Amino acid sequence: MEQVVARALSRLSFAWIAASVVAAVLLASSPSTPAQDFITVASTTSTEQSGLFKHLLPEARKATGIEVRVVAVGTGQALDMGRRGDADVVFVHDLVAEERFLAEGWGVKRYPVMYNDFVIVGPKSDPAGAKGNDVIAALKKIAAAQAPFASRADNSGTHAAELRYWKMAGIEPARMNPKAAWYRETGSGMGPTLNTASGMNAYALADRGTWLSFKNRGELVILVEGDTKLFNQYGVMLVNPAKHPHVKKELGQKFIDWIVSPAGQATIAAYKIEGEQLFFPNYKPQG
Amino acid sequence: MHDILSSFALALSLIAGGDAELWRIVALSLEVSLASAVFACALGLPLGGLVAVREFPGRRVVIVALNALLGLPSVVVGLVVYLLLSRAGPLGSLGILFTPRAIVLAQTLLVLPIVAALARQFVEDAWHEYREQLTSLGVSAVRAVPTLLWDLRYSLLTVVLAGFGRAASEVGAVMIVGGNIDGVTRVMTTAIALETSKGDLPLALGLGVILLSMVLALNAAAYAIREWSARHHG
Repeated sequence: MEQVVARALSRLSFAWIAASVVAAVLLASSPSTPAQDFITVASTTSTEQSGLFKHLLPEARKATGIEVRVVAVGTGQALDMGRRGDADVVFVHDLVAEERFLAEGWGVKRYPVMYNDFVIVGPKSDPAGAKGNDVIAALKKIAAAQAPFASRADNSGTHAAELRYWKMAGIEPARMNPKAAWYRETGSGMGPTLNTASGMNAYALADRGTWLSFKNRGELVILVEGDTKLFNQYGVMLVNPAKHPHVKKELGQKFIDWIVSPAGQATIAAYKIEGEQLFFPNYKPQG
Repeated sequence: MHDILSSFALALSLIAGGDAELWRIVALSLEVSLASAVFACALGLPLGGLVAVREFPGRRVVIVALNALLGLPSVVVGLVVYLLLSRAGPLGSLGILFTPRAIVLAQTLLVLPIVAALARQFVEDAWHEYREQLTSLGVSAVRAVPTLLWDLRYSLLTVVLAGFGRAASEVGAVMIVGGNIDGVTRVMTTAIALETSKGDLPLALGLGVILLSMVLALNAAAYAIREWSARHHG
């Protein structure tokens, strides 16, 4: 029995060493990417889920040699990543929040880089009669009909825009107490919110890019578009190296310089889904 | 029903198509989940064993805590690891947030309680059975742990597989600490979440079928090894 125990022990330690070796090899091999020429960009779900980055980033790499790693979250969260120093560049769409970010000293300079627009989608039957080209009138009708409306409620750029439109309409369902039953806060990204809206035939505010690449539409169609208020500007900023010294300022700036260059702007304009252009470059070099 | 069937067809065509990007994602999923399972076992099996055989003050509290941690919400683990690894956090200088290492760390923390709690139960039962025999041979409780673990290896294999399964099916924590970066930290589960977001439900489910096949293949391999070694070594 003693021999058995001894043998088992030696076998066990052998197994243990083998397991440790395997583990070490695995760990050593996992960060297989060269940790040099890459930057981390905190951006929004709309740019990722619309497929823009899949089109843009290989071109950026060809032109600049920089590998761009995108973490796609809501605008609020993306700016927070910048504040914590977890991104080198932020690429977002909420002017008010971006200006606050700059004013607090977290960003160096804001480059307005492109725009697209928001649309209101809803069931084809349009029970609230919201169809048209006036977003404020449409929201008033939706509220009057108490038709289900799915809100992002995730502090994203799209959510911030939606809250502004409700405020302009003089109805703030998110602040009602008790909350309006027809106003459904999903607390999630654009895609999941559209999935929810599609599932319950609700109205929702969406950016056109995500909508165009969204497949699970069900009964939903675009009902409101073309209002100048629905304009959605994207900005790009380098995270301030004075606040976070590890920020890759040369690489980050090089990426920004490329994206606002004629070549970068043309690459944005060239991205289309089914012949429809999703984002419109509008950077104007200024003083 | 039609959607589900078409997802299976899509999964098959994806596998047959041998898309390089898909295989990279599958490989990364396997790699981080296996690494997490190995680390969690290297720590959790001896830990569970020691708790099982040693008498110490507060042992009951530790056991209850270990068992409670089986229900550890993955989003909480993700958040804690994110705050630790964030540049503004205590381990920020490592610069490993949004890398596969961050995923391995989060998954290891998730798997560790499973391995430790289950190993503790198995070893404790075996300890009750063999205690007299082992102590009569002059084996101390602590020295008995490796012997018991080895003796229980076939039962513990299931524990290891449960740990691997938890790691491979993880999405909440992996999304937060990995960032679902294309080509760097995108694993099967986060790819499924992304396709769901895009409303491409058949593709999302198709990827799910592939993930399931991967876990199934690994379990079949483990089972085969167990059968083989049971035949050859008794």
